[in-house]
Amino acid sequence: FTSRVQPVAAARCLSAWAQVEMGPPDAILGITEAYKRDGDARKINLGVGAYRTDEGKPYVLNSVSKAEQSLLQKSLDKEYLPITGHAKFTTAAVELAYGNGAADNASVLGRVAVTQSISGTGALRIGGAFLQRFTAGKAIYVPTPTWGNHGAVFRDCGLKVAGYRYYDPSTNGLNLGGMLEDIRAMPKGSLVLLHACAHNPTGVDPTPEQWAEIQRVVEENEHVAFFDMAYQGFASGNVDRDALALRSFVAGNKAPVLLAQSFAKNMGLYGERVGCFSVVGADAGERDRLLSQVKILVRPMYSNPPVHGARIAGEVLADPGLRQMWLGEVKEMAERIIRMRAALRSKLEDLGSKKSWNHITDQIGMFCYTGLTPQQVDRLAQEFHVYLTRDGRVSIAGITTGNVEYLAESIHKVTKD
Amino acid sequence: MSYFSTVPQAPPDGILKLSVLSRADSDPSKVDLGVGAYRDDNGKPWVLPVVREAERRLNEDPNYNHEYMGVGGLPALTDGAQQLIFGSNSPAIGQGRVYTIQTISGTGANMVAAVFLKQFKRPADAAVYISKPTWGNHRSIFETAGHEVREYKYCNYKTLTLDIDGMLDDMRSAPEGQIFVLHACAHNPTGIDPTEEQWQQIADVMSERGHFPFFDCAYQGFATGDVDRDAYAIRLFVDRGFELLVAESFAKNMGLYGERTGCLHAVCQSSDVIPQVSSQLNRLSRATISTASAYGAKIAATVLQDPRLYEEWLQSMQDMSQRIKTMRDALRDKLVALGTPGSWDHVSQQIGMFSFTGLSKLQVDTLRNQYHLYMTDDGRISVAGLNSHNIDYVAQSIDAVVRSS
Repeated sequence: FTSRVQPVAAARCLSAWAQVEMGPPDAILGITEAYKRDGDARKINLGVGAYRTDEGKPYVLNSVSKAEQSLLQKSLDKEYLPITGHAKFTTAAVELAYGNGAADNASVLGRVAVTQSISGTGALRIGGAFLQRFTAGKAIYVPTPTWGNHGAVFRDCGLKVAGYRYYDPSTNGLNLGGMLEDIRAMPKGSLVLLHACAHNPTGVDPTPEQWAEIQRVVEENEHVAFFDMAYQGFASGNVDRDALALRSFVAGNKAPVLLAQSFAKNMGLYGERVGCFSVVGADAGERDRLLSQVKILVRPMYSNPPVHGARIAGEVLADPGLRQMWLGEVKEMAERIIRMRAALRSKLEDLGSKKSWNHITDQIGMFCYTGLTPQQVDRLAQEFHVYLTRDGRVSIAGITTGNVEYLAESIHKVTKD
Repeated sequence: MSYFSTVPQAPPDGILKLSVLSRADSDPSKVDLGVGAYRDDNGKPWVLPVVREAERRLNEDPNYNHEYMGVGGLPALTDGAQQLIFGSNSPAIGQGRVYTIQTISGTGANMVAAVFLKQFKRPADAAVYISKPTWGNHRSIFETAGHEVREYKYCNYKTLTLDIDGMLDDMRSAPEGQIFVLHACAHNPTGIDPTEEQWQQIADVMSERGHFPFFDCAYQGFATGDVDRDAYAIRLFVDRGFELLVAESFAKNMGLYGERTGCLHAVCQSSDVIPQVSSQLNRLSRATISTASAYGAKIAATVLQDPRLYEEWLQSMQDMSQRIKTMRDALRDKLVALGTPGSWDHVSQQIGMFSFTGLSKLQVDTLRNQYHLYMTDDGRISVAGLNSHNIDYVAQSIDAVVRSS
């Protein structure tokens, strides 16, 4: 065609985007890039948010691989899923989260409105949009600290985001008193985001007794409990244990419960974006009503969710053999993490460190809040080629039997003064 | 009393409601002309051979895993998608002034564009103009993002051709600097596309009024069978110096539907603004989905980057669009042969997956209730649902219903 390059109208002599501000830099990306540029053979990447084997490699679970192979044999089509996703998967996911044992549990399963989501982030987004639309004027409270993306997700939903006390830097443990005080101080009916297990970034989880106290205060103040469960099975190695807090709130039948569920870590399905958002309704009729509104939220976001990862997860959960295999693999991943925690702590103690490192083994899940200062973190990167985020968060998955000794020595060197 | 007792029941989705009805219908003569997915001549879904081949390669690759992609998506996909839409010689690409983010198919790309535009459009009160009619989800996506949505004339409902004068009039009379949603090719739901000359006129007027173009491109290669021809409008606007956004979907042209594979492209005036534009697109996408899904992206990237697979894919698109064209012509010819009242040329002149038949809601209902023929209330049929086995029945049913109205 004619190559008539014309300037566009006067109103647009400048780029339409000239006034667009630079977005905030990604802290974690910066770490990864610095790590990649580093040529030292001893370098360690402790910023990674994905599981690594003891050889430092990504891990495709055997149960997942088998499920995927079996699906490939079936030569399935790629037709659109319904808005709420792959039913075989969502049904199994709901049972996994809420339990499938007790007789009265059948009543819970029958009143859970569930939709497949774009992993955990997508579930949080649907939940945030749902709460923004149907609970006017409420703020959502997140623990201090919390996963870096929580604030962005909820603010973009139009919710006000505030914090409640959670982590106690002086003990590297839970500030239960502060947490309960803050929950009591919230206006009645506030939205409370709770990490179901393996708190990110601190690894500090309430004990069952502490959860009972938290639940009581949430219920007394008529707050809404929105659980973010990204590590079921990955924390303790047992899927039921990791879901205890969630199930206890549901059994309490007082606080409304919403759940964002991710299979990124516990099934290693990261990039396939496999997750679910669910709300527990009063009965099946309410479930249908809630689901109808969830669909209205999902359709203008992305119409319907990706099929591949959901089929894999559905196979793994529904096939008895694959499910057993999967439970074993999740346990192994959790146990390797626990072993690395123990190894790091004991090596630091062996080196004669004067600091207390109990929190390394007291904390649980993928991450450890070491208590290292930003200056110490910078030294670790610059002098020792060890990379972690400046809040002192270590991804235990980046630790291996091959590097734990060097890591302990490096940490000891920057903390012994 | 339940906390959620005040949450009202929402109305069901119109198109999906139709497929529920259709699935429940066990009559052997049933024909589903509702949902927009390609079907082969036996009425079955068709997974493209290059897609199967790409899947095979992925699964045999020892390095295959499910790791996270970056927020921007799979580079092999976004690079390949850029070249596909804008042309591999595109100066815009060469000048580094195109940023592409992977999205959850076309809907996701529309959504990211809508959110980005709400935050950064100028003037801040610019409305978003959608064609009358348009894909049902456009209004919802842009209103959900907080835009005021208006319509521009598009379809001449009498002739079922483009109302180009009405369209240009609406563009001229709109305030300066508004946002216009344009279908790159194979307009959904009408199948009515501007000619190349008409696109030039549209570009002229949009330039005069300083309007911002947002192209929704869900059918590249699927409309005429030629990916370059189908990208004419987009490339014209880029050539004319417009800044624009393009939502691109691989759902139909690669048959990746449920894998949700798509991109949003931002063409900027210069590479200077790319860092801030890309950072903001990334930021907002991170807050909705973190990153898009890997599997479909890997399949599409494999096809786009392998010359032999790419050629085979072009051929498959030609085959699909050719079968559709054949069905269009056949339906028109049969209606003419039957002497069905009215003019039916529009059925073969329209292009892409859909045809706006001109049938009334009453006629649509009758076709469904008495003839087990399913189409949306606006008289839109998915031509892909027609095949050599059902075309006679469809023509006869339409004939009967039109005559008895």
